[in-house]
Amino acid sequence: MTDLPRMQHIVASGLVAAVGVSVTYVSFTQEPAAAFLFPRIISTVFVVLALWTFGKALLGRTRVGNGLDLEAMINIAPGLVVSLIFVFWAAQSLGFYTASTIAFFVLLSLYDPAPHGELKSWIKRILITAGFLVVMYGLFAKLLSVFTPREIFF
Amino acid sequence: MDFLAYFGDVFTPINFGLLLIGTVGGLLLGATPGLSPTMAVALLIPFTFKLEPAQGLILLGAAYTSTVAGGAVSAILLKIPGAPANIATTLDGHTMAKKGQGARALQLSFLASAVGGVFGVFLLIFLTPVLAQWALAFGPSHLFWLAILGVTVIGTLDSSSVVKGLLSGCIGLWLATVGFDDIMGAQRFIFHDAVSGGINVIPALIGLFAIPQVIGMFANGRRSLDAEILTVEPHPISKAFGEVFSRLRALSIGTITGSIIGLIPGVGGQIAGLVAYDQSKKMSPERDKFGTGHSEGVIAAESANNAMVGPSLVPLLTLSIPGSPTAAVLLGGLLIHGIFPGSDLFDNHPDVAWTFINSMLIGQILMCIFGLYVAGLAARVAQVPNAVMAAVVLGLAVFGSYSVQHSMGDVYVMAALGTGMYFLERFGFSAAPLVLGLILGPIAEANFVQGSMIANATSSIGSYFFTGPLNLALIAIVVASIGYSVWLELRQRRHTAKDEAVAKKEAIS
Repeated sequence: MTDLPRMQHIVASGLVAAVGVSVTYVSFTQEPAAAFLFPRIISTVFVVLALWTFGKALLGRTRVGNGLDLEAMINIAPGLVVSLIFVFWAAQSLGFYTASTIAFFVLLSLYDPAPHGELKSWIKRILITAGFLVVMYGLFAKLLSVFTPREIFF
Repeated sequence: MDFLAYFGDVFTPINFGLLLIGTVGGLLLGATPGLSPTMAVALLIPFTFKLEPAQGLILLGAAYTSTVAGGAVSAILLKIPGAPANIATTLDGHTMAKKGQGARALQLSFLASAVGGVFGVFLLIFLTPVLAQWALAFGPSHLFWLAILGVTVIGTLDSSSVVKGLLSGCIGLWLATVGFDDIMGAQRFIFHDAVSGGINVIPALIGLFAIPQVIGMFANGRRSLDAEILTVEPHPISKAFGEVFSRLRALSIGTITGSIIGLIPGVGGQIAGLVAYDQSKKMSPERDKFGTGHSEGVIAAESANNAMVGPSLVPLLTLSIPGSPTAAVLLGGLLIHGIFPGSDLFDNHPDVAWTFINSMLIGQILMCIFGLYVAGLAARVAQVPNAVMAAVVLGLAVFGSYSVQHSMGDVYVMAALGTGMYFLERFGFSAAPLVLGLILGPIAEANFVQGSMIANATSSIGSYFFTGPLNLALIAIVVASIGYSVWLELRQRRHTAKDEAVAKKEAIS
């Protein structure tokens, strides 16, 4: 195993182990004890398995999971940032339809293999985004009558 | 023969319309590489809220059946399996298409899928009531062990690492305890307002199955799909019909193998096609032709992966234990309509249960008919760029999660779990056991508490949970599934080490 996946495995299993230890600590310290009986059993198994996995990662004996290479990380980063801004801020602040239309268009522009210098491909992206908006509005607002947060336009 | 009494319910205009929508939609979604049947069914759940329970299940069941079959289109015409279940189909199916026999391969694939699927649904029809009666003998301790069994079986058999599979199951079981405790009303692990009411299963399912695929598409970057669509030239269907039934050996091996694999919780369709293909090849006098565009390869693989669908629902409908990740999503679909599968499902909701099962039977035939006609269109859908697919799935996931309870908290939970799951999957963790833990956690805890109360009043917890033939049998299966998976993992590791040593030796010499 090369150094990058090994370090990644240590970080990932370390985080899982940290969650396991926290869950176990909370389970065994919170009251009423009866309400935490089942979580105590689960968290005990959880922490044992998590520490086992972490130990194996530390010793470099993890055999499953390839981690993430640099190219994948670079590819994921912009899309993930746009998606998280959309979900955790824009959807509520700008309204669902406005935010999802902007997010859709930005994601399409970021990942569409069509050249960025061509007017034709930009028109295509705008048309696809408009189609997406119409379908989502028709499905959720009209068919399912889901009332979503509406801030700027609709 | 109870199912015949509800057969007409499938043909009401709304029910039949939903069956058609689910079938055609499922075929198109199934043909799209990267959209798994589980994710397709999870994304459809919000659309069933306004429907009657039976109608919702008809839509989900039809989508489940036809996404598995639809995956064959891209496997044959693009050499990209629409779902893991269709991997074996590419071996001979795509070679046939390259020889100009794409239509023949598609016809054989849909006809074999329909035969396997119908057989699988008949197994579901005849086995389910028998097992449901047997499940009446189950008390709280048995139901507790069954829930644990469900998590362990999927955690060990569906994961590449036993420890990480079990750990994923534990994370799911822990997430199920977040929120208010049902009996004492105590707050447990409420670290954010979004989870104050607990973690809702539907947004969690959508997040865990859809978001990792969205991020996976991001990971491909601005890469275009460089697969060439092979043309589908006319081929008389009567010939394909005759050919499927003249290859009875491959058809029966596929159908029987798929049905048996479907009945085993956790094994699922991924391996059904491959096992059937392998067995069919070993038993065929024409085994040399396999891999060169031989029709038996397509027939065995496709009949197996659709024969698996019906039996995978048997443990779900009788014991509340989903047999596959997609069955776990269907369980979520049942629970949101207030229907709890188990021994009394056929007594309390026979109309829902039988209409759903009957619709799957009709769905198999519709899937075959439509499959032959929409294959060309489905192949075009399969070429939709990653960027469009990722953005559409993200949009559906956000709107779908919000529509469950009109709560932004659900959207946050969906996004957080989905993003976390993508990274966990890169390190060998698996979504299926986590989902099973989340769904079966409340069942396990409720029966554990109930069992503890009975034990305190009668004997001790130890003797209540660890004695009696049924408890011991269930514990033995839990231990056996873990032991078998550990053995498989060790064997695989030994083979890998041996291969590496041979490669190193060759490199030195």
